[in-house]
Amino acid sequence: MSTATHERAGVGRRVRLSFWDSARVASVGLRTRPLRATLSALGIAIGTAAIVGVLGLSSSSQAGLLAEIDRLGTNLLKAEAGRTFGGQTANLPIEAPARVSHIPNAEQVGHAGLIKDAKVYRSPMVPQANTGALQIRAVSLNLPSVLTIGVDRGSWLNAGTSEGPVAVLGSVAAQRLGIDRVHPGLRIWAGGQWFHIAGILKPATLAPEIDASVLIGYEAAGKYLGHVGVSRGEATHGPPTTLYVRAATDHVEEVQAALARTANPQAANEVNVSQPSDALTARAAAEGAFNSLFLGLGAVALVVGAVGVANIMIISVLERRSEIGLRRALGATKGQIRMQFLGEALLLAALGGVAGVGAGALATAVYAAGKGWAVVVPAEAWAGGIAAALLIGAVSGLLPALRAARMSPTAALRSV
Amino acid sequence: MKRSAYSPERKLALASSQDKVLELEEVTKVYGEQPPVPALRGVSFTVRRGELTAIVGPSGSGKSTLLHVMGTLERPSGGTVRIDGVDVAGLTDTELSLLRAHRIGFVFQQFFLAEYATVVENVADGLLYTGADLSERRARAEEALRRVGLAHRAGFRPPKLSGGERQRVAIARALIGRPAIVLADEPTGNLDSVTGASIVELLHELHADGATIIVVTHDAELAAALPRQIRMLDGQVVYDSAATRRQDAVGQHEEGGVG
Ligand SMILES: Nc1ncnc2c1ncn2[C@@H]1O[C@H](COP(=O)(O)OP(=O)(O)OP(=O)(O)O)[C@@H](O)[C@H]1O
Ligand SMILES: [Mg+2]
Repeated sequence: MSTATHERAGVGRRVRLSFWDSARVASVGLRTRPLRATLSALGIAIGTAAIVGVLGLSSSSQAGLLAEIDRLGTNLLKAEAGRTFGGQTANLPIEAPARVSHIPNAEQVGHAGLIKDAKVYRSPMVPQANTGALQIRAVSLNLPSVLTIGVDRGSWLNAGTSEGPVAVLGSVAAQRLGIDRVHPGLRIWAGGQWFHIAGILKPATLAPEIDASVLIGYEAAGKYLGHVGVSRGEATHGPPTTLYVRAATDHVEEVQAALARTANPQAANEVNVSQPSDALTARAAAEGAFNSLFLGLGAVALVVGAVGVANIMIISVLERRSEIGLRRALGATKGQIRMQFLGEALLLAALGGVAGVGAGALATAVYAAGKGWAVVVPAEAWAGGIAAALLIGAVSGLLPALRAARMSPTAALRSV
Repeated sequence: MKRSAYSPERKLALASSQDKVLELEEVTKVYGEQPPVPALRGVSFTVRRGELTAIVGPSGSGKSTLLHVMGTLERPSGGTVRIDGVDVAGLTDTELSLLRAHRIGFVFQQFFLAEYATVVENVADGLLYTGADLSERRARAEEALRRVGLAHRAGFRPPKLSGGERQRVAIARALIGRPAIVLADEPTGNLDSVTGASIVELLHELHADGATIIVVTHDAELAAALPRQIRMLDGQVVYDSAATRRQDAVGQHEEGGVG
């Protein structure tokens, strides 16, 4: 009914509560029974926290991987000899690295040769079966720079140490051998021979096989482990099994196309060429996909929270009959009573939603900081979380609010 | 009820129409259907501006029902209720709410104060649904508290007040909007006799100040202390001290007019 009609009826202007008055009235339940209100909002808080946390964590881990990919670059190519009929890893020609380095735009070429059937132990006393699945690889000295691997402890091989019984451990190899510090006199028993440990590498994200390896120089491999070969009729160090090639950023595809046939012109189709960053990119895409199980649990928690709020609101309306009667006597319209209780449900839900978003974001921040990722809480996550909470509040508050408004003021006043 | 347009009674009614704050004509109220409970059975009386009236009667005689009907919290089953000249029957629920906000103040036996809010906030809430802004509500609440002698308790919360003080707060809340009429249902019902007497004294002071007040009570002693008494029994008015007086007055008027 219009204002004019009210005035004609002689009852004055239609009244609308200001925002602050509405908020104050809607917070009566919260102020009179804070513990109950908090508990009733808890379900909604847990639901939103779960949703925001899941979305935040998957986004942050994706961001972390993308940053990692960025750091490592996507211009690394890997050429591997395929497997022989016996299932053994085949060798590449000894000349392969030199040939590949002549491919235009192949900027850096590193390589590693797997020493077959050589086992690694902490000492000769360790039972034969406990190899820890570690391998020994002869490696070119430029390998850390080609693969962007840092040195964690000690130092990398050099021209001198690569000729002696000296090894550097990949990060996983060090862990499996139980070695976390490097000191003079530290040795391991590899391929039936003592090797001094010069250093430990940081994780090699682009080449997990290096991580799980004991790395020695080609000279040492030939001298101590019999990894030798023949090149142009002369005895020389052993053959490589894998080439790592850094291509100029804009020419990766051309280098990739030329790699197999350059590495092994006799059997180009046996050479597997790959781009290690592809695996990471695929993983990043997978991380970005939401964990639907946890999202589902979050949704269930939200529904439970909605039931909790509705339950509390219905009890609250019954308990506060006299307040409702009094407000009607003071001139509150049915609509204003309805808004009061709807507002209260919305307020509870909003508090739960905000707390949940806060908790979810905090969990994301803590976890992401631990992993060294950038903290990413997507706008859809927190805005969606709060919107979901408000929607839940509106739905769960509607029935109690309608009941409160329908209540006869005198019944409400007589009920004490 | 048919009356000649020129009857002296009608003339009097026209002359003093704004003077009549409350008019009830043959008001009935029946609760329920099976069996119907007739709580009011044809109640008629008029309350003029500035009157202090007691409605007294035994329990179950329909006093609270009458107060709720006068206060527009309940619609009558039959008859006419006019408040400040406005016929309530033609108003929507929202309009009735507005009418209550602006023209009617309520005082209840149970006080109905909000314990989480201070005294002054409780009183200010008497204006919440009138559209007055916060500062005006505050200022007028302080003024209303002064009128009931509780200015020094403004910042207290109700649980720290005595029963009599709480009822004064409730009275201040009813008065704050300067309503046309204040309806009090057993205002001393929860108080001891001394405190109750002080509340009655306050009602007298407010009456002297010009407020129109109707007090519903089953306490004959309290009722006798007020200027006008209306006695109820089984949903009917069985005695109205003003009606007897007015009939005398109308009789004299008629004689003078005709003669
Ligand atoms: N909502 C209702 N439904 C049915 N009957 C009702 C209702 N309210 C009141 N009544 C009946 O109407 C009659 C009058 O009740 P009312 O409360 O007005 O009496 P009262 O004079 O105020 O009594 P008391 O002094 O005990 O307060 C009683 O018989 C009561 O049972
Ligand atoms: Mg009663």
